[in-house]
Amino acid sequence: MPSSLSTPAIPPVLEIHDLTVAYRRKPVLWGVDLAVGPGQLVGIIGPNGAGKSTLIKACMGLTPVQGGWVRFWGRPFAEVCSRVGYVPQRETVDWDFPVSVMDVVLMGRYGRIGLFRRPSRADREVARACLEQVQLLPYADRQISNLSGGQQQRVFLARALAQEAEVYFMDEPFAGVDAATEASIVVVLRTLRDRGCTLFVVHHDLPTARQYFDRLLLLNLNVVAFGPTAEVFTADLLQRTYGGRLTLLSEVAQALGAQGGSR
Amino acid sequence: MNRTVCGGFSGRRFGALVIGRGLAVLAAAALLVPWVQAQGTAGALGGEMAQAWRFLRLEDPAVRYVVWGTLLLGTTCGLLGGFMVVRRMALVGDALSHAVLPGVAVGFLWNMSRDPVAIFVGATIAGLIGTAFVSALTRTTRLKEDAALGLVLASFFAVGLCLLSLIQRLPSAQSAGLSHFLFGQAATIGPEDIRVMAVVAAVVILFVLALYKELVAVAFDAAFARSQGLPAAVVHHAFMFLLAAAVVIALQAVGVVLVSALLVTPAATAYLLTRSLPRLLLYSALLGGAAGLAGAFLSFLGPALPTGPLIVIAASVWFGVAVLFGPREGWCIRLWRRRVGVGRTRRENTLKSMYHVAEVDGFARAGVTLEELAARRRETVEEVRRLGVELRSHGLARLEREVLYFTPEGRRRAGEIVRNHRLWELYLTQSANFAPDHVHDHAENIEHVLGEAVVRELERRLNHARWDPHGRIIPSSSELERPAPLEGGGLR
Repeated sequence: MPSSLSTPAIPPVLEIHDLTVAYRRKPVLWGVDLAVGPGQLVGIIGPNGAGKSTLIKACMGLTPVQGGWVRFWGRPFAEVCSRVGYVPQRETVDWDFPVSVMDVVLMGRYGRIGLFRRPSRADREVARACLEQVQLLPYADRQISNLSGGQQQRVFLARALAQEAEVYFMDEPFAGVDAATEASIVVVLRTLRDRGCTLFVVHHDLPTARQYFDRLLLLNLNVVAFGPTAEVFTADLLQRTYGGRLTLLSEVAQALGAQGGSR
Repeated sequence: MNRTVCGGFSGRRFGALVIGRGLAVLAAAALLVPWVQAQGTAGALGGEMAQAWRFLRLEDPAVRYVVWGTLLLGTTCGLLGGFMVVRRMALVGDALSHAVLPGVAVGFLWNMSRDPVAIFVGATIAGLIGTAFVSALTRTTRLKEDAALGLVLASFFAVGLCLLSLIQRLPSAQSAGLSHFLFGQAATIGPEDIRVMAVVAAVVILFVLALYKELVAVAFDAAFARSQGLPAAVVHHAFMFLLAAAVVIALQAVGVVLVSALLVTPAATAYLLTRSLPRLLLYSALLGGAAGLAGAFLSFLGPALPTGPLIVIAASVWFGVAVLFGPREGWCIRLWRRRVGVGRTRRENTLKSMYHVAEVDGFARAGVTLEELAARRRETVEEVRRLGVELRSHGLARLEREVLYFTPEGRRRAGEIVRNHRLWELYLTQSANFAPDHVHDHAENIEHVLGEAVVRELERRLNHARWDPHGRIIPSSSELERPAPLEGGGLR
């Protein structure tokens, strides 16, 4: 844990306490504790089914939680949701949906615009600036069905940028994008970090995880390790994340799930 | 660029063709009018025209109710159906329409009469219970939505059928009208029904206008909308409630079995016509309303035919027209584009062959004989003559005494195609590491589709190279824009 967090007067940007999430009684996250300060680029690493996506969804109240709590700046998510941005997995939406790139990016403003009102000229300006930042401005009026995978991912990134948030959760923003797009996304992430944002990025590739992130959260059902990349990226801890130690825990979880199913 | 220009061109020609044929049909219809009038005064057709006139004057209150009713329900279902189709919820409409049936029966039993308000409330509640079951089943079991929908649809419908047959046996004369909810009977629409329909239609339109932004956000990416603090659950439930209400108001006119067609068909038609959501919703609502009116009108002309199925048939006809003649993916425009593309490629290949023949002696002669061309293309003179005639008819060449001469346009196109081919070969060998003997076939396809902007970019990247990988000259874009040397100073 960074030393600044030990000062009780300043609540951490994100604090997770004993968070437990289960799907039909089978635990997906089990007693997760975490505290993260401002200006951090955090990679969330772990095997398939380790609960990476579930963790960020649970933080934003998108999935029901069985126990524990999540606080942002010491407050519940609902009070601060306009300060939290989100990049969901690309496959979660229908890319044949009849909207343009600009329409999608403007959706990043909807939380601020408020009910019943239309996006203003200022909102459009913000959206254009965000598209510029991900080099998609020439595509603003395109239908989203005409985009490549990398472009789709950048549209989602631009929509999150349009949220002008301080904390970002990104679910596999590098999935299925080419190397050039990946590099440009990393630049955007680092720019945000340098502005004082804290970013949580679910990531799959271990070698690049080491280059990209300041801190790593090694996750498999619970937190295996969290800390500066150099300290955490060790053969021993990775071994524990991807196999070994946790097999017993997973087996018990599996058994609980089976019990839940047979009831 | 070439491609888009040609696409636009073919689109215009296609449009001209359609308009031309349309005018011909209209002219034929105009010629028929005197005949119809001559026949009509006493005959059956005249009777039908009088009937149509009666309908259009809207003097008969029964006609007015049917017209208003079908217009309101068509528009309402069309508008909500637009959202339903883009959310891939088309089957939900089917389940909803069947699930409301027990509610119709209970609504009737409430005060033993066909009171539109009681039936509306009962049916809407039943529909909502049905959709709640579907979502509970998908959440708590491993069943997927399609199975849950099918299950709820059938079981609710069965319960509804049983309740209705029980009611039919009750010694109440008024119960007779209930069977209309199965197959629809627009003629039974009365002023009370119109009031309910108008309220639902007004609420739906206001709802969509006021919460358009939220509806779109939830439809496109519900999780993201929730993460922003948008009331996604409220919007979704309000939408489902209005969908149930729209189904219920359409029920009496169209019947349980067909009502989902009113939700899906106009929206699917609009989906083929536009890729902008606001326009899709507008078209869908208009097409739904138009289908309602058309169904009412046709059934008034031929009273033996029921209104509900006629409305659905009208909506299906709009859909058929959109599938056949849609501006982007319509079957006709696709066939047309393919035909145009095949013809264009063939002409361009002929021009290219002429260029190759003329190139051999450095463009010294003005024309290319059909024999030379046939030898080059390994075809008979007859085949080559047909190609030459085709070029002539498109203004790309002149054919005089077995010799083909480029027109300026033909010379320019030939140069462009050869340039595209050789540039692409050079690009593949230099930048994409293709072996020189591999590139020809790739270039054969690419040469016809390279746009002007891509060509400029290729020229720039290849430093305006003069020679292709096989040592032949690449005609440059700047040369091609000068007046064609072959045509101008040709020694004939």
